[in-house]
Amino acid sequence: MRGSANSDRLAPPLALTLSPRRGEEVVNGFAMSPPVLRLSGITKRFGPLVANDAISFDLARGEVIALLGENGAGKTTLMNILFGHYVADAGAVEAFGKLLPPGDPRAALDAGIGMVHQHFTLADNMTVLENIALGTQGLWNWKLDRLGARERIEKMSFEFGLAVDPAAPVGSLSVGERQRVEILKALYRDARVLILDEPTAVLTPAETDALFATLKLLVGQGLSIIFISHKLNEVMAVSDRVLVLRSGRLAGERVTADTNRGELAALMVGQEVAPPPVPPSEPGPLQLVLNAVSTEKRGSAVSLDRISLSLRGGEITGLAGVSGNGQAALAALIAGIEAPTSGEIIVRGSAARDWSPRSALSAGVARIPEDRHAVGTIGDMSVTENVIAERYLTPRFSRGGFLDWKASRAFAQQIIADYDVKCPSPEARIRLLSGGNMQKLILGRALDPDPSVILANQPTRGLDVGAVGYVHRKLLEARARGAAILLISEDLEEILVLSDRIIVVSKGHLSASSARGERTVAQLGELMAGHGMEAA
Amino acid sequence: MRLEPKPAPSLAITLLYPIAAIILTLLITSLLVLAAGASPFSVFYLVWRGAAGSQFALLETLTRATPLIFTGLAVAIAFRAKLWNIGAEAQLYIGGVVTVVLGTGLLPLPSFLLIPIIMIAAMAAGALLLLGPAVLKTHFGVDEVVTTLLLNFIVLLFVSMLLEGPLKDPMGLGWPQSSKVIAEAQLPRIIQGKRLHYGFVMAIVSAIIVWVVMKKTVLGYEMRAVGHNPQAAAFAGIPVNRVLMKTALLSGGLAALAGFCEVSGLKGNLTLDLSPGYGYSGIVVAMLAMLNPIGVVASAIFVAGIFVGADAMSRSAGVPSYIADVMVATSLLTMVVAILFTRFRLRWK
Amino acid sequence: MEALDILLTSSFWVAAIRIASPLIFATMGELICERAGVLNLGIEGIMTVGAFAGWFTVYSGGDLWTGVLVAALAGAMFGLLHATLTVPLGLSQHVVGIGVTLLATSLTYFTYRLLLPEVTSPPKIEPFQPLAIPGLSDIPVVGQALFNQTPLTYLAFVTVALTAWVLYRTPLGLAVRAAGENPSAVEAQGISVTAIRMGAVMAGSALMAIGGAFLTMSAFNSFFFEMINGRGWICIALVVFGSWRPGKALLGAILFAAFDAYQVRLQQFTGGIVPYQIFLMMPYALSILALILVARRATYPKALMVPYQKGER
Repeated sequence: MRGSANSDRLAPPLALTLSPRRGEEVVNGFAMSPPVLRLSGITKRFGPLVANDAISFDLARGEVIALLGENGAGKTTLMNILFGHYVADAGAVEAFGKLLPPGDPRAALDAGIGMVHQHFTLADNMTVLENIALGTQGLWNWKLDRLGARERIEKMSFEFGLAVDPAAPVGSLSVGERQRVEILKALYRDARVLILDEPTAVLTPAETDALFATLKLLVGQGLSIIFISHKLNEVMAVSDRVLVLRSGRLAGERVTADTNRGELAALMVGQEVAPPPVPPSEPGPLQLVLNAVSTEKRGSAVSLDRISLSLRGGEITGLAGVSGNGQAALAALIAGIEAPTSGEIIVRGSAARDWSPRSALSAGVARIPEDRHAVGTIGDMSVTENVIAERYLTPRFSRGGFLDWKASRAFAQQIIADYDVKCPSPEARIRLLSGGNMQKLILGRALDPDPSVILANQPTRGLDVGAVGYVHRKLLEARARGAAILLISEDLEEILVLSDRIIVVSKGHLSASSARGERTVAQLGELMAGHGMEAA
Repeated sequence: MRLEPKPAPSLAITLLYPIAAIILTLLITSLLVLAAGASPFSVFYLVWRGAAGSQFALLETLTRATPLIFTGLAVAIAFRAKLWNIGAEAQLYIGGVVTVVLGTGLLPLPSFLLIPIIMIAAMAAGALLLLGPAVLKTHFGVDEVVTTLLLNFIVLLFVSMLLEGPLKDPMGLGWPQSSKVIAEAQLPRIIQGKRLHYGFVMAIVSAIIVWVVMKKTVLGYEMRAVGHNPQAAAFAGIPVNRVLMKTALLSGGLAALAGFCEVSGLKGNLTLDLSPGYGYSGIVVAMLAMLNPIGVVASAIFVAGIFVGADAMSRSAGVPSYIADVMVATSLLTMVVAILFTRFRLRWK
Repeated sequence: MEALDILLTSSFWVAAIRIASPLIFATMGELICERAGVLNLGIEGIMTVGAFAGWFTVYSGGDLWTGVLVAALAGAMFGLLHATLTVPLGLSQHVVGIGVTLLATSLTYFTYRLLLPEVTSPPKIEPFQPLAIPGLSDIPVVGQALFNQTPLTYLAFVTVALTAWVLYRTPLGLAVRAAGENPSAVEAQGISVTAIRMGAVMAGSALMAIGGAFLTMSAFNSFFFEMINGRGWICIALVVFGSWRPGKALLGAILFAAFDAYQVRLQQFTGGIVPYQIFLMMPYALSILALILVARRATYPKALMVPYQKGER
């Protein structure tokens, strides 16, 4: 599981130390001043789901707390309550000794709480200055004070080492630059508490180091930080204290210096979880080959530039890389949504002529898409209707233009049974299913025709531990049956555990592939940052 | 304030909210009636009597419902695929034009040949008319709401031009109207001497056919999938653009049949006032029926009843007959809110 | 060539600016709604309401500017209805818009028939009179067109300047533009997206109503049915054509109005050879053409027609 031996290969930890102010008593390394933040008994329910269950903790001045937990553990919900996007059903938040009115982001901002959201809250059509100034000047002011704002931004940019160009339109910025703008946005409003929600998910290892250096600087200036993450190594490197959430409850609280990855992993998951055994396998024949393939450049998204890729049966090829480097283009290509603008796609020796989702499916390519809500399923249609979506034209499900609903329902029931999907009935609307059950359904739909190629794009994103394990097991079973699997994942640990071969993607180019264990994590990090990429 | 999805509602709930919507509509309408100085009870009674209080009234309502069923079906099909066909009015008129072009003597054929030929030609015209905006949507990204709306004005002017020119009735004393269609091109009346014609039967049959298509055929499945989530549909391999084209053809064709029926079954010729807004009312009919084809028949009769009844009421009670239009528009909005509350709950947090 | 000489006459441009004025108001109104992320298809109905409300106020004895104010308020009320259904409730902006247009139009006709039951020809009021700005109105060709119009036309131009200023130079405009691009950006800075969107729709609808009132109080002097005649839909095309920018939309409106004024004169030239309906069709056809031309490059506000649910990530 995460936190296994493989993480030893990740970047060496960056230690953060805090220097106490002169004359103050120091306990556990922290100055004894009243807590800047106190959460008491925060509870939040969404219908029958309890997202947060009576959570309480304090944040001291100058402290860095990591909020650790699996997907769905309740971390983001808790921070959204703190910041005022949600209202808690019970409990209270005190900031700097004063009670914070619930559900009011403005009050949180005024109290000195700033949040860097996981999905950036920036308007692409406006400049950096406009994004930062938004909401900071009186809404009924007759004129926007650009000069004053610019001066202040430049001053803070220099002071905190966050280089930005105030006049740049946000739409043209890289992910790392956008994050700097997000942080500056919070600092501009005199944030004394900074919440960062999974900030390193979209950064290269080098950018991550830069971020941690910035955090160190901020802490030195007296800021307190809450850092949400599910990556153990970062938590160990950056935080003073760790709060572990599991299924909405505070499973444990540890001082970072006194704990270790294994203990934290156990707290996160509730039990010792060993990674699934990966039996050795003999790579089989070539199933899918991409030969000097390019895709069309659309807007600011990264396109592929004459890449080549070979997938062999019985093998999992892992595609590592920071999100936004061409994974979407490659996935769209293999899924059939994008046709190559040059080069060829060769399936089991013969070049494909017209490339579309239908031709990919008939070529034996199974697709597990990145976004099960927007792309993988049609939320308002029933489970049955979703399950036949890729094969409704086959004689099994339709004849003479009429659908065979009986056969379709039977198929749905078969998948529900075989893949342990919890749903009220095959006629229920699929949006009612939990993320994990939806993913199992998609998996069942994809694997039923015994595909020769499987495209698994972020297959475990947003899933709880049990579902993650299930997906991994199914992929390994398919591998044992001889399928060629391309695993695209932002989670480097997942790639390292499952892949027989690893390829790195950076800015639309693919590296040469390496066998399991051949490259260290540091080497992979270098490739992910774009250094040393030889065309494959 | 936020909306929270409810689990699948029971049938009782699914009917409760629309009924509440109708009641709310009646309440709001009552206020207007009071403002007009009349008693809501007497007005509603008069509307009811004008719509269904006698055999004559009932037949009149069903006659009025015929084109509404067709335009309602046209809109329901299109809206299901999220193709915003606001141009049913133009498609209706084009159907009328084709009917008159082919049916005033150009084709000397017997009824059993002539009527199907005219029908198919009318449907083709309506289909092509909507195909234009559909292609602009899929290949040029132009919103079809505005294009279909603007086409309504263009087509109406076109009809006016034809009626003052090539289609003008030489024996019409100069009025802008077309000649009458020949007897072989006329849809027979169901009851001799009454206005209800076989177009009504055709409308019911069409509703059943549309229902079968939506529920049981591959095309219906594709249309619904594209309407719910075009991105996911494309991912699964459904040819989204082709499905939208087919939807446009079907929708435009159905709306054109409304025009055909009005000319061939009811009026006998084409005039500028062939349709008092059936294309737009079709939108309300479709939404009230929650885009269900069988429901469209019921809501078309309901809406037709309001218009017919209001006409009769207006003559005796003096309340402007536009009250019917207000009622219909109000019921659209209340219905849409009611449907929301069958699927979502309001939370004040 | 005689046909083109028209473009050099003062009277042509006077007519063009007059025709453009209601379009300018309504286009600015729709632009504000769409910039905030809401497509307001109630525009045709709201213009009808404004036309009637303003005219009726004057008919009942009020002065012209009170009429304009009443029209604006009536428009804002229907804007509130539209916004309530589409913003906090998140209902389909297409369906609600059509519904509002149908409701506004039918309510207007009902009220008209109710309050003026016996009239055979539409009663007249004393409309705004042209107000020449001394000195400037003597400039050849454009002088009369730009500086000898009714006060309501001057207000139209002021509205464009005001819209541009507010959108680009005030904190409020910043919030409006952000709401139409990425509402979570607005919420994250402590501003209510619901309030911004609803306010924008109400303000925009008020402007649309004033555009309608221009027709009954400045261009003509009475209210008759079908008087808006599709202008609302044309303004929706003009917003796209103007890339959601006030200045560009103003140019589009003037260009369009010039074309409309021109086709009237073209009719006179061609005598009876070409049916007049062809000329009347041209404005609508031109709007469709304009939409096709700019569609590829259209930079829609990213959050247009996307309902925002607070706190949903």
